[in-house]
Amino acid sequence: MLDRIYKAQNLISEACKKQGRAINIMEVCGTHTVAIFRSGIRATLPEGLNLLSGPGCPVCVTDQSYIDTVLELADKSDVLIATYGDMIRVPGHGGSLETRQPANNVKVVFSSQDAIQIAKDNSDKTVIFLAVGFETTAPATGVIVMQAAREKIENFCILSGHKLVVPAMRALLSGKNDKIDAFLCPGHVSVIIGYGAYEEIVRDFKRPCVVAGFEPIQIIEGLAEICHQLVEGAAETKSIYKAAVTEKGNLKAQQIISECFEAADGYWRGLGKIDKSTLKLKDKYSRFDAYQRYNITETPHAELEGCRCGEVLCGLIRPPECSLFGKKCTPQSPVGPCMVSSEGTCAAYYKYGTRRKKS
Amino acid sequence: MMRNTDAPKILLAHGDGGLLSDELIRKTILPHLAKEMPSELNDAARLELSSKSICFTTDSYVVKPLFFNGGDIGKLAVCGTVNDLAVSGARPLALSLSFIIETGLEIELFEKILESIKKTAEENEISIVTGDTKTVEAGSADKIFINTAGIGIRMDEADLGFSKIRAGDKVLLSGTIGDHGMTIISQREGIKFETEMNSDCAGIAKLTCKLLESIKGIKFMRDPTRGGLAATLNEISKQTGLSIEIDQNLIPINPTVQAAADVLGLDVLGVANEGKFVAIVSAESADDCVKICRQHPLGKVASIIGTILETQDVPAVEMITKIGGRRIVQMPYGLELPRIC
Repeated sequence: MLDRIYKAQNLISEACKKQGRAINIMEVCGTHTVAIFRSGIRATLPEGLNLLSGPGCPVCVTDQSYIDTVLELADKSDVLIATYGDMIRVPGHGGSLETRQPANNVKVVFSSQDAIQIAKDNSDKTVIFLAVGFETTAPATGVIVMQAAREKIENFCILSGHKLVVPAMRALLSGKNDKIDAFLCPGHVSVIIGYGAYEEIVRDFKRPCVVAGFEPIQIIEGLAEICHQLVEGAAETKSIYKAAVTEKGNLKAQQIISECFEAADGYWRGLGKIDKSTLKLKDKYSRFDAYQRYNITETPHAELEGCRCGEVLCGLIRPPECSLFGKKCTPQSPVGPCMVSSEGTCAAYYKYGTRRKKS
Repeated sequence: MMRNTDAPKILLAHGDGGLLSDELIRKTILPHLAKEMPSELNDAARLELSSKSICFTTDSYVVKPLFFNGGDIGKLAVCGTVNDLAVSGARPLALSLSFIIETGLEIELFEKILESIKKTAEENEISIVTGDTKTVEAGSADKIFINTAGIGIRMDEADLGFSKIRAGDKVLLSGTIGDHGMTIISQREGIKFETEMNSDCAGIAKLTCKLLESIKGIKFMRDPTRGGLAATLNEISKQTGLSIEIDQNLIPINPTVQAAADVLGLDVLGVANEGKFVAIVSAESADDCVKICRQHPLGKVASIIGTILETQDVPAVEMITKIGGRRIVQMPYGLELPRIC
């Protein structure tokens, strides 16, 4: 394995020399972010290569308005909130699910199936599933929405915060951060959408898009492939995560998504409103749509004061450049979502990248 | 498994000091725990000690599920306290045992826990000398909580403490990490893996006593329970002001445990262990320590995983990763939440 690593490292070093300027590669996947930190890859890369962590952590990209809406819904006495664990600590205006909940109306689930089971077990309550995540988790949400329809589980609905990766990449390159030279594309999402989905980024923006797995060697080889393309002046979409990612992706999962959802304009933390970037339930499933059931209109809310998660998510600043980082904002007491989620960029920097200051 | 709803259960009256309490002690608890029925039940145990220097510790045990692969709450309650004595350089002698039981717990289940306690205490050569039982209303506890306190005789050879640790000393780890925590979380959440995981729950006193008897140069020991290896090493660094460098390639991890942690997005370094110890030993004694450990069933993959270093900037624990990179190992800040995707 070490041979392959040295070979890839040499290729990256040569590319950095040849380019004569810094190369900026953005990963758009929280699992990559954590894997890069945990494996210490940054320390093995030449100085000319900047790894930027983009909008790849589902909790982090969720707009403040969603969090605030959730907190309002959680205050209703006839409601149970079912959520993946990461969400409960995200602060909204006036607390988080963890601090504001009446202790027993928030249920942490590990899969969407658990959420539907909670609805079956609590027929006197309405269970609202916080459906967040990219194309990876959307099919699992689709499956339970279809199940709810089939089995007429009417005390169940979802608050869709599902998002699509490619529109976010477009938004970044279209203005938020055009210094990105290439993308290290997400492993999990690409299993679903296929590496062919990045063709439009390659075509419209001439940026290499390479899908890699999560082993350190796969990440380094992914970076080497990107460097190779940049030196050659090429821009292709490619997967070096061959065991799991095909060009077309998982068609069955895609069918479930298109059966239940349609792309809608929506808000992202840091990136603002992006056209056709979120997944909204189709009309035929609208009775399971918490937005409809509770008559909620999505309007952007201001981010918490001083929080620069938005800039972090766009790769414009590194977490330590935020004045709250490691001081007012820590994993114990997070201000922004990038410090909450285990896959958030700020949490990764804090846990794996920084030495504690003398206190 | 079908539960027999008519099965005898713990009632509130089992803890009120009356007839039912007496019956629970004499008919259920003592037959499981005592070798011989004591002729009288006194308010306190009297112990004859062979030394003036004893170690005394206590811990409470709450675990869900009560029975897990590789152990149960009873085994945990004995091993946990035995291990606290062990890493303090003591030979375990006597244990107290207290239960807080939620009414409705099936007596059969309670008896299974008692049986496990007895077996574990025997294996670890520690006597249960006193105990107590309280019952609480349904909803006031989660089935059963156990507290144990233990007394051990401090070994003459043991001269342990943070203050003994010097730069250049080596970090010894007695075995694989993360087994207990990943087993519990996987079972609790119903996540199945192809290969079964087992908690490492075990009493390590025999191994630590053997080590202390055989080798000079052992300076500090700790069992990396909650917070895992990461918490233990950070505590050492914080208390000594020294830094620690460990090598990922040298840390034994069961592949299924690693896979489970990867699936849930958890860092194995921060996951709990219940049958392991970390020792800081002098560089000269390091090889011999590993040899002694490896002769014992609980230390078969023991290894030296790192070195204590002078602090350059601020005290820190750093790890050389498998690919030759470096990263900081922070003090875990509480239970990590599994990731979304």
